Amino acid sequence: MFKEVGRNVPRVDGYALVRGKPVFTDDIDLKDMLFIKFLRSPHPHAIIKSIDTSQAEKMEGVALVLSYENAPRVPHTTAGQGYPEPSPYDTVMFDRKVRFVGDRVACVAATSPEVAEEATKKLSVEYEVLPPVFDPEWAMRDGAPIIHDEKDSQGILDPQHNLVGEVEVKVGSLEKGFKEADVILERRYEVHYAQHTPIEPHIVITWLDENGRLVIRSATQVPFHTRRICANVLGIPIQRIRVVKPRIGGGFGVKQEVYLDYVAGWITLQTGRPAKIELTREEEFISRTRHPIITLLKAGAKRDGTLTALDMRILSNTGAYGSHATTVMYNTGSKVLPLYRCPNVRFQGRVVYTNLPVAGAYRGYGATQGYFATESMLDELAEEIGMDPVELRKEVHIKEGETSPIFQALGEGREGISQVISSCKLPQCIEEGLKLIGWKKKPKEEGRMSRGYGCAIMMQGSGIPAIDMGAALIKMNEDGSFNLLVGATDLGTGSDTILAQIAAEALKVPTKKIIVYSSDTDLTPFDVGAYASSTTYISGGAVLKTAERVLEEIIRIGGEMLNEAEGELIAKDAQVISKRTGRSVTYEEIAKNSLYERDQHQIIGSMSHISSQSPPPFAAHFVELLVDRGTGKVKVERYVACVDCGTPINPKLAEGQVEGSIINGISYALTEQFIFDKNGRMMNASFQDYKIFSAMDIPELKVVLIPSHEPSGPFGAKSVGEVNINGPCPAIANAIWDAIGIRFRETPFTPERILRALTLGGSSGART
Amino acid sequence: MIKVKFKVNTEEREIVTEPTKTLLEILRDDLGLRGTKEGCGKGECGACTVIMDGKPVVSCLVLACQLAGCQITTIEGLSRDGKLDPVQEAFIEEGAVQCGFCTPGMILSAKALLMGNQNPTDEEIKEAISGNLCRCTGYIKIIKAIQKAAKAQRAALAPNTSGGTRKNRDQ
Repeated sequence: MFKEVGRNVPRVDGYALVRGKPVFTDDIDLKDMLFIKFLRSPHPHAIIKSIDTSQAEKMEGVALVLSYENAPRVPHTTAGQGYPEPSPYDTVMFDRKVRFVGDRVACVAATSPEVAEEATKKLSVEYEVLPPVFDPEWAMRDGAPIIHDEKDSQGILDPQHNLVGEVEVKVGSLEKGFKEADVILERRYEVHYAQHTPIEPHIVITWLDENGRLVIRSATQVPFHTRRICANVLGIPIQRIRVVKPRIGGGFGVKQEVYLDYVAGWITLQTGRPAKIELTREEEFISRTRHPIITLLKAGAKRDGTLTALDMRILSNTGAYGSHATTVMYNTGSKVLPLYRCPNVRFQGRVVYTNLPVAGAYRGYGATQGYFATESMLDELAEEIGMDPVELRKEVHIKEGETSPIFQALGEGREGISQVISSCKLPQCIEEGLKLIGWKKKPKEEGRMSRGYGCAIMMQGSGIPAIDMGAALIKMNEDGSFNLLVGATDLGTGSDTILAQIAAEALKVPTKKIIVYSSDTDLTPFDVGAYASSTTYISGGAVLKTAERVLEEIIRIGGEMLNEAEGELIAKDAQVISKRTGRSVTYEEIAKNSLYERDQHQIIGSMSHISSQSPPPFAAHFVELLVDRGTGKVKVERYVACVDCGTPINPKLAEGQVEGSIINGISYALTEQFIFDKNGRMMNASFQDYKIFSAMDIPELKVVLIPSHEPSGPFGAKSVGEVNINGPCPAIANAIWDAIGIRFRETPFTPERILRALTLGGSSGART
Repeated sequence: MIKVKFKVNTEEREIVTEPTKTLLEILRDDLGLRGTKEGCGKGECGACTVIMDGKPVVSCLVLACQLAGCQITTIEGLSRDGKLDPVQEAFIEEGAVQCGFCTPGMILSAKALLMGNQNPTDEEIKEAISGNLCRCTGYIKIIKAIQKAAKAQRAALAPNTSGGTRKNRDQ
């Protein structure tokens, strides 16, 4: 039995956070700070013919104006990924060309934000306006405007057709599969733009330390990638940069982007003064977004519910730059298709540029988009073959001990790695969820309201196999406490707490004996950062290995003190005990002995961890909702999520991840959308006009964790951070169908769309 | 420039400032109280909520010229000598804190509710925090925490009961 793992240990940072202690990026004071404001493009596509900065530079308080004329030009990707990044190098700090409304034209560094803002208005820019392209299908055609015609970009597959990348993999024979099918359906599904909206917008503060090194204090999910990318763009050695990640006010993927840090860094290097960039909420909306994806899905099934063929073709819109473009595209197949037992599969993906805001990493990372298509399709197939949709899912989903050829065929930006599913409690999740929701038990009609039930199943991964690496360092203090230093990046998820629990469990001490520090590139060992659902599984694996190594050392020294052979010793409750005599020494005595008395040395250890597997967490979601036929409004009444995340290291924190993902997902499905004008300008970049759920909007939500044991994870754990955002879109679409018999194949399901479909009749959303 | 006198937590403050400076800026920049957070600067997210004369307000929409004679309570004023308020305690125990950025404002909205309503329903709690956006938690554990704090507060206030002491945090 575990002592620390599986327990609802309160967050290690909770005491500071509830008292509002100054723990976030912006909560420090520095003298002579410069504030940076951007001038952004009013055009979706234009060449900057000239910039006159003289009026701005004359203003009192203006220290520096930066544009393509005086900024270093180093092509790079802003995607904070492992090196070499699979995203194209298609971005420079400031370019002569602007590619969407809001693209950076120039910036001003001044002694106050007000002066900086005022100075940006005094920059006189002459543009040559170019024709834009907003439609991703048109963007690929001959004759469409070419967005990336610069000579020095690298890694774009076909810039002439705005094509960033493509992939095609085949398993089995589609022809055979469709021949065997009793029913074949072909549908088009579309998911929309959305933004993460962390309550803390992007912020970075830079300064030079006493030795002239550049310190970057940043709200980032990827401190080590930030250090590497900034060194490249700024043309200084990695050795000269220190990235400090304090507490982060939410990320959800948007802070896996490195695109402000080097601007502030360059200003600091040029002026010698501290510099700060804090995005406004309006800027945050167009900082990075979710890739909108069109999916053409053709599926064949037999009447008994066997899937015979799946042909999935996707077109992803990455906006003006290709951050995470190809990897999100791969994931739409690789994190989705292996869930389904089907011998004949094709996945084809293309990702294109348009003159719209830049997409990037967003919780779910392509899988969210893919599951809307596949999980809607399963319901459409079930209807067609006259089978209950839940029964169909029980039939088709992958089971423990099984594999999918897709794991091998499709990875993340490259080929994948084969794996056998060693933990999957999806059958139990489905059973439990059915029971809790009371599947189709309530009456269908209540006056103007129509009731519907829907479900969806889903999986994700746990880190990127054979790529993601995390490391940890543990040192023992003379009172028997331990410092745990990790590069892993707690962005609000509670990873510091669960990593402390893993260390405590392995070291046989209470969690309160662990002092966690994350993350600082000068002090903590390397970690790829918080993304791809990797922290519990990968960084947790590193912490476990490190703790085990340190424990060995503690036992060895304890044995010497007790004059016992190692085999005769056990560690328990912060003591080393002789099994033979029952005599014991405390950790405190061992640490003191080691530091001051005999064979003096620091008890310390550091280990790294990487996995060849990426065991998926699984979930089954059920929703009960009402559609108001008078207004078209959907009210989600109840939502049930049953989740297999392996061993929940901290059940309460794991539940919190599930609850947050689901409310974010429901909000995405129903109320969040980008509204563009004819120039591709986002017209609703505020919380007033871009509706994210408040406490008033939430349904009754029941989360049940159904533990499994994942043999490759620390104490049997898998990931939990992303998987649950994949469910709400398809589950709600399926429930709307159940309620009113109209199939929505385009998100979000707004009252306008539903009312229009109810009035006009028939199916709505994307064309079939 | 104007001179305003007002009270922040237990301290009388007098500052000379532009009349249009926001309370948020005054708290963070002039008084160094960094517990109040800025999430939008437009009164739409609630991260900068403080209690002004017993009512929750978004401090980014309160101007210096409105402050004379007011009592402001910020997150820094909620715990006394390291002892947490029941709302803070409950937020930790119930897992209502994730990133913690909306937390100070959320806690103060909850506190303002509980000052006037000792036994709120879930609906009343939802309404009281409807101006405080949170993207991490989905609000579920926040609502639970506020219920728990309400219960603790009732127990502490109830005569002839011994339920007033809260168990100590073990971590």
